[in-house]
Amino acid sequence: MRHRLDIRIGPVAFRIGSAWKAPLDALARLYASYPAPEDGLADFTVRLEPERPWRRFIRPSVAIRGDYTLADAAPLSLAHGLLAAEMGMNLQMALGQKRYLLLHAATVERDGRALIMTGESGAGKSTLAALLGERGWRLMGDEFALLDMASGDLLPFPRAVSLKNGAIEVMQAEVPAERFGPRLDGTPKGAIRHMRPNAEAIDRMGEGATPALILFPRFGETQAVRGVGAAEVFMRLTQASTNYVALGRDGFDALNRLIAANPALAIDYPDTETAVALVEDFWRARAA
Amino acid sequence: MASPVYIADSGSAVLTVALDGLSVLFHAPSGMTHIVATPAPEILDALQTGPADAPELIRRLRERYDFEGDEAEGALHARLDELEAAGLVRRA
Repeated sequence: MRHRLDIRIGPVAFRIGSAWKAPLDALARLYASYPAPEDGLADFTVRLEPERPWRRFIRPSVAIRGDYTLADAAPLSLAHGLLAAEMGMNLQMALGQKRYLLLHAATVERDGRALIMTGESGAGKSTLAALLGERGWRLMGDEFALLDMASGDLLPFPRAVSLKNGAIEVMQAEVPAERFGPRLDGTPKGAIRHMRPNAEAIDRMGEGATPALILFPRFGETQAVRGVGAAEVFMRLTQASTNYVALGRDGFDALNRLIAANPALAIDYPDTETAVALVEDFWRARAA
Repeated sequence: MASPVYIADSGSAVLTVALDGLSVLFHAPSGMTHIVATPAPEILDALQTGPADAPELIRRLRERYDFEGDEAEGALHARLDELEAAGLVRRA
């Protein structure tokens, strides 16, 4: 690869190679304050390369490759090269992670205890976590929660937050402009803008937390709260995990320990401010 | 026609965790996880003493549980078919 970037996010080291300079420059700006891999070795490799060699010059389009590939990881136009790099990093994690039970969930921490938020894409967990991360919580990650199967702790994975559509304005009102990547319009998910987590999230990316509460947030509904039974939590979390089946018995045990130790609530909320207030209420009740 | 005899894997091959009324089973030989409702865990447990056909299973279950007379056998066959399809029991 002509261009290369090595970065560490939480416990995971990535090497991103690209046939073009522009996507890596954008990625390097977004991840400006992130450390390099400790031993210089990458856990996962992401390659952005032309779909066919000659397409590097005419109508360039990026194909995402790496250690693991998916047939439907569609090529993107070069204008979306940054998105391709981000998608590639997610893809390698989702398919290749063997050390941790990976949950498609956002996590934030306060006083050493972690709040896990999981739900379908578009449920608002990413925005809610990003906002909490600016309001007295430490953002551990907006996309993947890494459950250490030996200790039961969650490890941070504070990659750039992927904000979509309405969430972009919500966060622009809270966060200085220098922490945002370019706005990418016309992607398969609409408008996307990446946001670098704040300095605390990056400085403490090696610091885990004990899970305390599981939430299933759902944006855009009338405010409602209900308790979720353990069997439903189990089912939802196996669906939210990208590597549960591959981990076998260890994953089964880790998930059951997580569920036995943590209450779970489903919350519907009409706007993000309401959700922040609900989270603070639950957290106080949990601590009491 | 003789009643088929069913076998379940030994308890060490199947981990069971009860979660508010349901049970999650990790079936080690297949690596699959199943979420099941009563009476599936009870049927698997009753098969731990050895292979059994439906009348024998009903006899074993009656030793531990109360249930109403004639409907039990039909229900048991339906559950056994489901457990067989899931790979949790097989025919001897």
